[in-house]
Amino acid sequence: MCLHPDVVLLFYDAALSDAFLSNTTMIGSPDVVAFTKEDEYGQTTPDPWALPEEFSIPLHPLADSNPWAKTSYAKFTKDFILISEFSEQVGPQPLLTIPDDPKVCGTFDLNYFSLRIMSVDYQASFVGHPPGSGYPRLSFVEDSRVVLGDSKEGAFAYVHHLTLYDLEARGFVRPFCMAYVAADEKKIMLQFQELSLRFSQASECLKAGNRRAFAKELQRKLQDLEYTHSVLQREEGLQREAGPQSMYSPHAVEKANELANVEKSIYEHRDLLKQISSYHRRPRRDPQAVTCQKCMTECLEECEVLLNKYAKLANPFGYSNKAAKGEGELGRSDAERGEEEADEDEDAKRRPSYTPQLIKAKSAKCFDKRLKTLQELCEETFYEATVELLKETERSFRGDLCYLHTRRLDKALRRKQRVINFLFEEDLDDDEEEVGTLRPFCAVNHAANNFVPLNPPHIVLGSPPLELDVPEPSRPQVPASERSSVSQENELGLRESHLESSPSDQTLETQGSSEETKGSFSSDKSGTDQAEKQGSLASMKSEGPDPDSDLTPDQNTDHERESSSEEIETTTGEDDGDNGGDATPVSLLEMVAELELGQKDTGETVNEPDLLVPIDTPCCIAQEGFLYEPTAPKAVPCLQRGSLPPLDQTLVVNQEPLALLPIQDDYTVGSPGPESAAAGLELPVGPLGEPVSLASFEDGSDCTMSASTGSDRAASPLGYGGFLTLRQRKKAGQGALRFVRQYPFAMQALWCLLSGRTLVVLGVDEGRVRRLVAALALFVPDPGKCGERVQAWLSCPFTLTDLQRWKLIGLQRVASPVGSSILHSLSRYSRYISILDADLKTLRCPPYRGQLLANVADHRTCIRRGSTYFLHLQSTLCRLAAKAFLLTFTHHLHLPVSPREGSEVVEGRRRCFLQEQLGVDEEDSRILLYLSQLITQQYLQPSDGSTAKPPCFRFNYTTSVLYKI
Amino acid sequence: MYRKGFPQVVLEPWERIPRTGRAALTGDGFFLGSRCASAGDDGLVLVWNIETGERLQELRGHSQQITAITTLTAGGEGADHTSLITASSDRSLSLWDPDTGNRVQTISDLQSSVKCLLVLERLGVCVSGGGELCVWSADFQLQCHRQNHSDTGITALIELPKNCMAAAMDKEIMIYRLTVSTDSSVSVAEMRCLSDHHDQIRALINVNGQSGWSDSEALGYVFGTWGKTLLSGPSDRLFASGSHAGELILWDAVDWNNLAYEHILWEESQAGSPTEIRLAAPKPSEMSIQHLTTNGQFVLAAVGSGLYVYDVAARTVVAYRKAAHDSNVLHTMLLSDSQLMSCSEDGSVRMWEIQDLPLPAEPASAGFFGMWTFGRPNKPTAPPSKKVMEIPTMRTLELTGDLIGHSGAVQVGAPRRHGSGRGGATPRGFSHASLCCFQMFLSFGENGLVTCSTDHLLILWKNGERQARLRSLALFQKLEEDGGL
Repeated sequence: MCLHPDVVLLFYDAALSDAFLSNTTMIGSPDVVAFTKEDEYGQTTPDPWALPEEFSIPLHPLADSNPWAKTSYAKFTKDFILISEFSEQVGPQPLLTIPDDPKVCGTFDLNYFSLRIMSVDYQASFVGHPPGSGYPRLSFVEDSRVVLGDSKEGAFAYVHHLTLYDLEARGFVRPFCMAYVAADEKKIMLQFQELSLRFSQASECLKAGNRRAFAKELQRKLQDLEYTHSVLQREEGLQREAGPQSMYSPHAVEKANELANVEKSIYEHRDLLKQISSYHRRPRRDPQAVTCQKCMTECLEECEVLLNKYAKLANPFGYSNKAAKGEGELGRSDAERGEEEADEDEDAKRRPSYTPQLIKAKSAKCFDKRLKTLQELCEETFYEATVELLKETERSFRGDLCYLHTRRLDKALRRKQRVINFLFEEDLDDDEEEVGTLRPFCAVNHAANNFVPLNPPHIVLGSPPLELDVPEPSRPQVPASERSSVSQENELGLRESHLESSPSDQTLETQGSSEETKGSFSSDKSGTDQAEKQGSLASMKSEGPDPDSDLTPDQNTDHERESSSEEIETTTGEDDGDNGGDATPVSLLEMVAELELGQKDTGETVNEPDLLVPIDTPCCIAQEGFLYEPTAPKAVPCLQRGSLPPLDQTLVVNQEPLALLPIQDDYTVGSPGPESAAAGLELPVGPLGEPVSLASFEDGSDCTMSASTGSDRAASPLGYGGFLTLRQRKKAGQGALRFVRQYPFAMQALWCLLSGRTLVVLGVDEGRVRRLVAALALFVPDPGKCGERVQAWLSCPFTLTDLQRWKLIGLQRVASPVGSSILHSLSRYSRYISILDADLKTLRCPPYRGQLLANVADHRTCIRRGSTYFLHLQSTLCRLAAKAFLLTFTHHLHLPVSPREGSEVVEGRRRCFLQEQLGVDEEDSRILLYLSQLITQQYLQPSDGSTAKPPCFRFNYTTSVLYKI
Repeated sequence: MYRKGFPQVVLEPWERIPRTGRAALTGDGFFLGSRCASAGDDGLVLVWNIETGERLQELRGHSQQITAITTLTAGGEGADHTSLITASSDRSLSLWDPDTGNRVQTISDLQSSVKCLLVLERLGVCVSGGGELCVWSADFQLQCHRQNHSDTGITALIELPKNCMAAAMDKEIMIYRLTVSTDSSVSVAEMRCLSDHHDQIRALINVNGQSGWSDSEALGYVFGTWGKTLLSGPSDRLFASGSHAGELILWDAVDWNNLAYEHILWEESQAGSPTEIRLAAPKPSEMSIQHLTTNGQFVLAAVGSGLYVYDVAARTVVAYRKAAHDSNVLHTMLLSDSQLMSCSEDGSVRMWEIQDLPLPAEPASAGFFGMWTFGRPNKPTAPPSKKVMEIPTMRTLELTGDLIGHSGAVQVGAPRRHGSGRGGATPRGFSHASLCCFQMFLSFGENGLVTCSTDHLLILWKNGERQARLRSLALFQKLEEDGGL
């Protein structure tokens, strides 16, 4: 495997904490960069008045940091995920891309890139018999994570290597890799941790499924061997009887050898089964490899059952003894076999019986063998869950770095403001308790139980979001450390088994030798530099005031890097502080600064906040087209065995040659079909409904938006912070912008909505009314999780109850008795409502002349794009919410300071505060008072989402005026 | 809808409670501490908490609409237990425990349906009126029973001094006296039949002078002082009745004499009566006295779609509003000495204030040219009031508020005078003033106001400012408990 000269290698220490950029490049590979750190940590004294660094946005972009510069020569349009394998027959080959759309990759050469990514496999895998052990060992390999770049192709990739087990493969292992391919190097670098986390989850899922499939395969194989063994024994016995006692015919010798081989094979396979079942007890050195407890125990139990069974059944001596007793008596032997099969059936009634087959002594040639596909290697449910996970990953990383960064800042900020979020912000998906902790991920079970299969990943772009998650700085829980602790908790007996001389320990030791060879090729290029860097990094880190120094250094993570490269391993021995430092959150800004520095200058340690991420507004705006563009239909049909989609085979090999397909029957247990394949090790798995819901996501029609903005959100099992809902909201933003530009009295209408006065949109045309409602729904404070406060289309008279429930109503204007009663209800409640007539283009509402909304309802606004307007609007609303927060929680504005004070004094003080401190006049203060009222109510009675209590219905008597265009 | 003079208080319907049942709600609410009960045409009685608006109990049992509802308080000092008595069109009477929602007693074999209920606390009996007059003991045993001769039956019952009570039957008022014999059996005797009304009697109320039982004291207190009041002079004790033809008669409660006869008509009818009101051609329904309410000082009469305030002492109408509502006024209530509320068939509830005219208050400017006419356009009174203005004591009814919430009729009901309601005893005296037994709004003082209507809604109106203050208080309390945000 030759290393292409301009492959960029990034060594990643799997303890997964800081990713640092080196300022040196590797010899012979100009693009290679490695993580290192400029240690500036803690040397600056924080300015108490300054904006927290995590919320600051760099003022000027760097001169040469055009965010699109790099994408320009990439041959693909969007980021995608590529799954490749290193086939022992044909070498590296791409298997699958996500999204599974040839358009995404464009002219990008997947085969070539697969070669690249597979050639940087740093997994500490080894094959074959370890010295001193009699049986072939399964290698328990930790995943490796590498960042790779190909400047010629303009592609950068996070590459996650993993190994699956296959009984028929060489050394029982099949190397695979999953790569996140992007055109932006920085994006990969800065998202490294999150990418790593997500791919680890996917990998764990895949591996879990694979282990089950492997165990099942072993089971079948053992049955085959049993059968073969019995047949051979019978044959041998016959021959022995037939032939003279003292003489062994060559045939008999051959048979005896064959028998011995089979026996050996049985032992080997039993040992393999033991190994695979001990897999779970093995200490994981990968802190991200958090497996679901439930899955694990289940799988463990399954394996135990199998093991027990085969300890009994597959005892060749017992069997041969029995056979010897009934020498030559075929009938009896058959009867016994029948008994045993019955036994077996009782043992495992739920699995369909499998007819053992005679195993030929000679195995097929290596290249004639048909290799299993990825789907076959993994249990179906797990495979699908993995694909879903990856799809979700792809989805959540859409957009450029600026966008992701802003989104995260936004999320982090919102998490800080839980008290007022309900007003205008969409719901944060993650629950509070989930924040900062990583629950053991299980795609399958969790997907089945509740439709929130994904733990929203931690923002590892930089430190801010992480720190925000944690209320107190005294206990900075950083995912890496937590993860490891969680994994410690979850993997039972981790510590104990770590001390035992388990097979995994052996492999750990033997890894060294295998790494010698691996390490050699990279150390040729970068060995010294890396080591130096790592050393200096470690020393610098240990100096810095480490906020996580109280964390116990995790030995697991300590050894973690062994799997990455030898050089790092040498440095890890020197300092434990490095591990503590692993958990140190690095701010994005710092990292970027270092990246920049690393490219320019070597030894200097400059930490200027000015040299930071290039974020400027035009880029956000211009990017929207990309971000929000309705993506190509990507409801990928579930890849199932036998029903593979005919995607272009030149790019992706995801199907075996058809001629070989009938062989599949050999692998199915019992009745053929994909379901039965999974039946051997049954799982309580519900249907994964994601593809369906995905489809419903995609059509963000106006109707669904207006009717229930939130229900889309709520129904979304995959929505990360409403990423897709954002598109709908942006659409609504366009509508709102149109409304503002079209109607000179838009400000009055918005004022009504914001001050809690129900607005009725009256019109004949349903589409138009719905569109208007959808647009105006953006302005409804506390619209409810499912948009309960908005009724997009109503064609019957409404009552007072409805007014309380809905703050925005689309009402049908009809010329019928019903219509007249509708009009009657309109006039009856005209005091409580404002009426926007979509047909006559009039608005009837109390007069409003305030200035608070002037900047969002400027009908000569220069904003041309709906999404821009949406952001503008959000910032305004956010400011309003902040003011309302202040108003709500300032004690003396609501309650008397001294007992002598009357309510008039308090009211006067409140008015004074509103006018002088917040600078809002009488009418505008109505908005704030209403928002404050909502906040109060929310605080007193936090709605649990499902049964949202309608807000108290409050009104003042004011006259209305009619506005016309 | 609303004309001018925005009310200073902001009322918020704190809870809107959709009612089950049929269209016409003969809602009925009354005090049960901080609770109120409502009864509907669906035969269902619901007990609500007026603080939170939650439904406490659901009393099921009646198969047809509830026709009368009242409370019965039994037990000694401090340990009063309030029960609910309901009467329904299914000819049954039920006694409920509103705390548990259990039906304690049921009498289902009545000969006719009960139209009104009267609890005589002092005697510990309950009287039901309808086609027959029945007296029940506290444990719901029939004490005595008297068949009526009138077809319409008893439509209203009030308690009078000296163990007497008045029952309205068509055009007549029958005075009964209850006698408790030594073995505690009760007998009823007809004392007198008052037949001064020329049309069906629609409203019958007690009028209790300046400090009578219309004040905020509980009924028990009233009864406690009863003897003294009697001694002080019979003329203090009055009751009033109103008929379909617009006749308002004030009676002496002790010797049952006709004290004053007021014929409220839209046109000139009775010469010589100083209190007569001459107004334009009425239809009979327009002059029907639908409802009477009093605070001792005034009797407020709902006449057609208008409101009339009758001064008891002066025996004269002091203020009126001919077209107070767009449809018939069904129910009125005196909130305080000068504030009153009314509701009408179309579901509107309005608040009024009795205001002095500026002119009589400033005698010095009486002769001032133009002053009088300047003031006039501001007055919302109808043109004919010019004539009335000449009466020096005339005052005006000024619209101060309009509670728009109900879409259907706010049902016929008898008012309960405003009271703080949270004094010593549980206020429970309102049913004494009932003519029709239905209570359409209930005031809980500053705790709010309950209205109900045929639109199946029971609306709890509260002072928004006050509620906001209370919520703020709760907020900061919770904040303190939580130790910050």
